Amino acid sequence: MEQVLMRIENAKAYYKLEKISVRAVDGVSFEIFEDEVIGVVGESGCGKTTLSNLISMNISKPLTLVEGKVFMKINGNFEEISSMSREEVKKKLWGKEITIVPQSAMNALMPTIRMAKYVEHLAQSHELNERELLQKAEKRFEEVGLNPLWLKRYPFELSGGMRQRAVIAIATILNPKLLIADEPTSALDVVNQKVFLKVLMQLKRMGVVRSIIFITHDIATVRQIADRMIVMYAGKIVEISTMEKILQRPFHPYTQGLFNSVLTPEPEIRKRGIGVIPGAPPNLINPPNGCRFHPRCPHVMELCKEREPKLREVEEGSKVACFLYSEERT
Amino acid sequence: MSRLVVENLTKIFTLGFFSRRRIEAVKNVSFEVKEGEIVSLVGESGSGKTTTAKMILRLIHPTGGRIIFEGKDIWKELKDHESIKEFRRKVHAIFQDPFASYNPFYPVERTLWQAVNLLEKKPSNKKEALELIKESLVRVGIDPKDILGKYPHQISGGQKQRIMIARCWILRPLLIVADEPTSMIDASSRGGIIQLLEELREEQGTSIIFITHDLGLAYYVSDNIFVMKDGEIVERGHPDKVVLEPTHEYSKLLVDSIPKLYRKLEGL
Repeated sequence: MEQVLMRIENAKAYYKLEKISVRAVDGVSFEIFEDEVIGVVGESGCGKTTLSNLISMNISKPLTLVEGKVFMKINGNFEEISSMSREEVKKKLWGKEITIVPQSAMNALMPTIRMAKYVEHLAQSHELNERELLQKAEKRFEEVGLNPLWLKRYPFELSGGMRQRAVIAIATILNPKLLIADEPTSALDVVNQKVFLKVLMQLKRMGVVRSIIFITHDIATVRQIADRMIVMYAGKIVEISTMEKILQRPFHPYTQGLFNSVLTPEPEIRKRGIGVIPGAPPNLINPPNGCRFHPRCPHVMELCKEREPKLREVEEGSKVACFLYSEERT
Repeated sequence: MSRLVVENLTKIFTLGFFSRRRIEAVKNVSFEVKEGEIVSLVGESGSGKTTTAKMILRLIHPTGGRIIFEGKDIWKELKDHESIKEFRRKVHAIFQDPFASYNPFYPVERTLWQAVNLLEKKPSNKKEALELIKESLVRVGIDPKDILGKYPHQISGGQKQRIMIARCWILRPLLIVADEPTSMIDASSRGGIIQLLEELREEQGTSIIFITHDLGLAYYVSDNIFVMKDGEIVERGHPDKVVLEPTHEYSKLLVDSIPKLYRKLEGL
């Protein structure tokens, strides 16, 4: 039986502004198991990055957790991490339990401080021995294929691909259980993308990290590494499924549209042709009633405009939020 | 018949005042684009693909080689204002960033009015011109009511790119140079843009040069692919040949590194 590492229950994270709120993550529930890679895909503005902020408890104004809870297994017990104060989160979670690799390593690193400084900061904030941690960092640098001498260099002296590997090396020094990678490869060229994916999977095989959440808009990349896939649309999860299942048969019309718009250099794709989803994603200040995908959906029914479909299992390993697969439509 | 012939095209940038550093951005590039043909120049950033495109668009001067469009060398034989204007009418560019292609102070249809003014046979009055503009918008799947009078920030990136293609329905160019036309657009609208360009080719026999880093896109749309690396074309041919049986080391590496949907990458 798979062990649950993190459980997100009906989480609603809104950007609360003076008069309006942007409902970026709106009623999301799922579990992250130990020893798995989850890919989260969706278009820009669907709430992917807000979800990563939510999971890592990086919640600061205007982002507010309006409703819902997040639990994480820490030392064998489930703790409600969504009720921790920011101080506690910094002390207990970040770096030790959860770590994050952001999209652009260029922006993640200060140009004026050497890499080793980050390791020293990490030691200070977790009250650890600096020297030991630096030695660990040197070892980790070697593991990701970087010369440890680079620790003494400034970020701009490294190439983009090396920088992204340096970030992941520093982020995983304390062996965090969960690694969140938010579009880590989209600023890299394809050759470096593959190197980065290799490093990521190697860290998981070595047991440095247990589970990985990989957030991206690129389905083909997720397909390479993920065990399960979450498809988000307008702040909601529309489909969660194992990789084999979703590749074989995507259920939700949005997932189908997304898969049909993928262009990879493969003969199957040339034969299949390219699909288009008409319209544009909705504004999250005022999302449409009912199913949020209904204005763009090719299979829209009257029911979809009024009621919101729940995420439910339609086949073993596949959960879908769509009335096409539920009895309620009759 | 060849619409465009590029022969031994070379561009060398020199940098610095005292120590002249030379960068060979494009080296001896030769290729041909036939009537109604779609070709792609594929390469990573810094491979010289955009520099090549700019020379074809007559935006930067080549250091060596010739570009022959419709039988005329575009850098040597187009001398007077009229012939250059005619060239601009026949060769159209679509750029990566749809936000940068519009002046934010003017309504978006200004770019279409400019296209109408470039026409050889201008419509006799304003009403006719407006009809032409409306018709071109319908061709690219936009309801004229939705965008006329709007400013660039009020419409989406996909719509902006569509309006650029609407220009092509007014001007009916012989050649379109599209530099990463879909890389800033969401995946779900990308297919629409590609279909519009394919329609242009079908109906008007337009030749299209795609400049892209996305081999998947190139494989899907092109009749011919040219893979560029460090300013040179290292692999050329039919998409199936380039993607399924690459011969050059670089294109092999490129094909092996691109994540696929139906296959797993080796060595992850």
